[in-house]
Amino acid sequence: MALHSDYLTPSSPTTLRATGSVARRQAVSRLSRYVLLAATLSGVAVLVYLGYETIAKGWDRLSWGFLTSYPSRFAERAGLRSSILGSAWILGTTVILAIPIAIGTAVWIEEFAPRNKLLTIVKLNLANLAGVPSIIYGILGLAVFVRLMGLGPSILAGALTLTLMILPMTVIASQEAIRQVPPSIREGALALGATRWQTVRHHVIPGAMPGIMTGMILAVSRAAGETAALIMIGAFTFISFDNTGLSPTDSPPFVTPPPLGDDFTTVPVQIYNWTIRPQEAFRENAAAAIIVLMVAILSLNLVAAVIRERFRRHD
Amino acid sequence: MLRAPDNVQTLTEERLTTEYLPAAERVARLDGKAIIEVRNFSSYYGSFRALHDVSFQIPERKITALIGPSGCGKSTLLRCINRMNDLVPSFHGEGEMLYHGLDLYAKDVDPVEVRRRIGMVFQKPNPFPKSIYENIAFGPRVNGMKVNMAELVESSLRRAALWDDVKDKLKQSGLALSGGQQQRLCIARALATQPEIILMDEPCSALDPIATLKIEDLMRELAKDYTIVIVTHNMQQAARVADYTAFLMMRPDRAGELVEFSDTDSLFTTPKDKRTEDYITGRFG
Amino acid sequence: MTAIPSTPGRPALDLRRKPMRHLGEKAIELSLIACATVSLITTLAIVFVLFEETLSFFEEVTLRQFFLETNWQPLFKPVTYGIWELVAGTVNVVFWSLVFALPVGLAAAIYLSEYAHPNTRKLLKPLLEALAGVPTVVYAYFALTVVTQDILRPLLGDEISFFNSLGASLMMAVMILPTIASISEDAMANVPRDLREAAYALGATRMEVALRVVLPAALSGVVASVLLAIARVVGETMIVAIAAGSTPNLTLSPLESIQTMTGYMLQVGLGDAARGTIDYQSIFAVGAMLFMMTLLLNVGAQIVVNRFREAYE
Repeated sequence: MALHSDYLTPSSPTTLRATGSVARRQAVSRLSRYVLLAATLSGVAVLVYLGYETIAKGWDRLSWGFLTSYPSRFAERAGLRSSILGSAWILGTTVILAIPIAIGTAVWIEEFAPRNKLLTIVKLNLANLAGVPSIIYGILGLAVFVRLMGLGPSILAGALTLTLMILPMTVIASQEAIRQVPPSIREGALALGATRWQTVRHHVIPGAMPGIMTGMILAVSRAAGETAALIMIGAFTFISFDNTGLSPTDSPPFVTPPPLGDDFTTVPVQIYNWTIRPQEAFRENAAAAIIVLMVAILSLNLVAAVIRERFRRHD
Repeated sequence: MLRAPDNVQTLTEERLTTEYLPAAERVARLDGKAIIEVRNFSSYYGSFRALHDVSFQIPERKITALIGPSGCGKSTLLRCINRMNDLVPSFHGEGEMLYHGLDLYAKDVDPVEVRRRIGMVFQKPNPFPKSIYENIAFGPRVNGMKVNMAELVESSLRRAALWDDVKDKLKQSGLALSGGQQQRLCIARALATQPEIILMDEPCSALDPIATLKIEDLMRELAKDYTIVIVTHNMQQAARVADYTAFLMMRPDRAGELVEFSDTDSLFTTPKDKRTEDYITGRFG
Repeated sequence: MTAIPSTPGRPALDLRRKPMRHLGEKAIELSLIACATVSLITTLAIVFVLFEETLSFFEEVTLRQFFLETNWQPLFKPVTYGIWELVAGTVNVVFWSLVFALPVGLAAAIYLSEYAHPNTRKLLKPLLEALAGVPTVVYAYFALTVVTQDILRPLLGDEISFFNSLGASLMMAVMILPTIASISEDAMANVPRDLREAAYALGATRMEVALRVVLPAALSGVVASVLLAIARVVGETMIVAIAAGSTPNLTLSPLESIQTMTGYMLQVGLGDAARGTIDYQSIFAVGAMLFMMTLLLNVGAQIVVNRFREAYE
């Protein structure tokens, strides 16, 4: 039976296989798949390649001695001791400061705040703060904590700065977690004569805790890699003492107990310091330090992912 | 030309020409003790009126059912009794709702205090994701009740007919129980704060028939010591369980109103209002 | 009446608020509000600090000089404070990083949204997001040592200076790839199926549907992703400070050494500028410029998303 159509010439076969221009377009589309896949993987491939090069360069430098030596003018003797301690102290202090403020803010927004203009302003403000570059937080910290409050280039000043920097992302993550708690739980508690705070404290916060923790861990991993803000605070790059409170401190007018009042350095700042040195040996140190930093950050992300999976709601 | 069939026309005419009985004849007055007296109570969400001028009494230590088609306001009314509607920001109530003569909607009444004395069980069982023991202990604890907690937990579970099922697994999560058991756990939880009234919002609609019958038996048992008010869309359940029944309907302006209230037998066998009769005989709803 | 005394057989009934509990609740609520105000105070502090120091800066340097001069030369004579060299540096890296990141990011977005099997997508998306989690100082190291040292210099010889914007831009492109890819992909995923199906039914190939139907429909999301990516590049410090150089230079060339706004701020921060000096104040003046730029970009992204959201709701 002949098909009558304006598009079929007498010589074209009446099959459904792609021919001519259609075949060409299809070929383009199919080829595109591989081009696009390559593009998608290119970023990761680049990272893998760079990572490999870096590990190759820094692997030999890794040793217990490397982790436990102070920085030095001599690359072979330089190590991460003071930076690791500095990082640990500053991140620990940041977490202690950030958790209550983040949870408090998120709880207020989700559970207590009347739905009015002030609430909108707070939420908008948080979203904007999340996009502020970290160096701006750095100069904020410099002007307010280091200079104005006289804390000097100390761990406390750095921790306060990092706290403000990670606050927006932790609040938003906590808000998400709180919203996941089903309303029926709140109703049940309130119907028993619990006040709003009792409901929040005994049911909402515990229920949201996995999500809050995940958000906090991810924020800490972000803070762990932060460099610019801390350099602006004045993280020294040649610290040859431990922040354990047993070493000399630059006590500013505001008397902060050691080690919070100590000058300090962190692993990323140390990486920066070694990277810009001309000697190749220092670059190897930087590479080794990068390995240490990435292991730490990847571990944190892994913990966060595990927590998220473990407590994922199956309903 | 099309004409509507005859019986439809008659029905419409009937509807339009029937005059509804005055409230005094549709709403029975109680001779015995009324624990709650609702007087000209209306509730609003913003400017939208959800309940229109409701007036009736709830008898003490009896089971009262609120029935009616969906949207008639029965759940809203129930939640007004323990001030749960306060959780909706635009809500406000007008009129009086007297509990032992005290107006629940007076200015200086604390809803938290109300809810301690008037407990609630919800449609979908909502035990806390904690142990059975902790579920029951939560209410007394936040209310600062100085009691022997273990004893209170046991007596609450006994009254809810759940003790034998769970006595060796008090530390287990409340969520590990079956649907019917979870609902009984919620009832035990409500009992732990020693309320006088227990409100139940369609407590059986998420349960299977066997669990439903168990809960109904439990209700009858509890009614010896507590006042029970239950919302149900299931007329047969109301007929089985309730001593008194209130029938509500949605008005044209979408507010709910109380059509008729009396003891269950009278309401179902000799309803005074035509609308009640239509609902009971299945003409609508 | 909200309270009645006890009668035989019934204890007292008091429905009034218990003052102690109420006070406790109010105290808690107050501390929660205090927590929420921390974020508000942060913004106010940023604005105040920037404003105050910038004001002092402009007591020394005229607005005319700042905005009309091109040379930024605070350290050598003649000392000039024309902002445009620094802005040019920032624009330079923004441009070159977008040159690489935009096509690749869009390609990735199209692949994930239109071509990839759901399981593949589930695997690849987190992988892509991982790129954003790498600390910028690590990217900076990459840019300087591997990219510039081992690749670009051997390739281009003396054409390219040791500190250059290309190495930095390449690394930043990798860094912002997830931003563009992820947000664009979300926008594309939100395009209703019917649109695609209509095009397929007319005989379009997958690529044609992606480019001619889905991409235009998701344009607002793509634009928003680009604005956000630009904001990230503008605010980025370490990569440019380490790899792009510290010589203010009015050029769009990727081969030369430049300095961005952030790079300058870091440079001064590394020194120990005392309060009250022009150097210290210049940090904040440049910072104010930076802050406004990122604010505009972020707000712009929000507006774009909101303005066109109704189209498919």
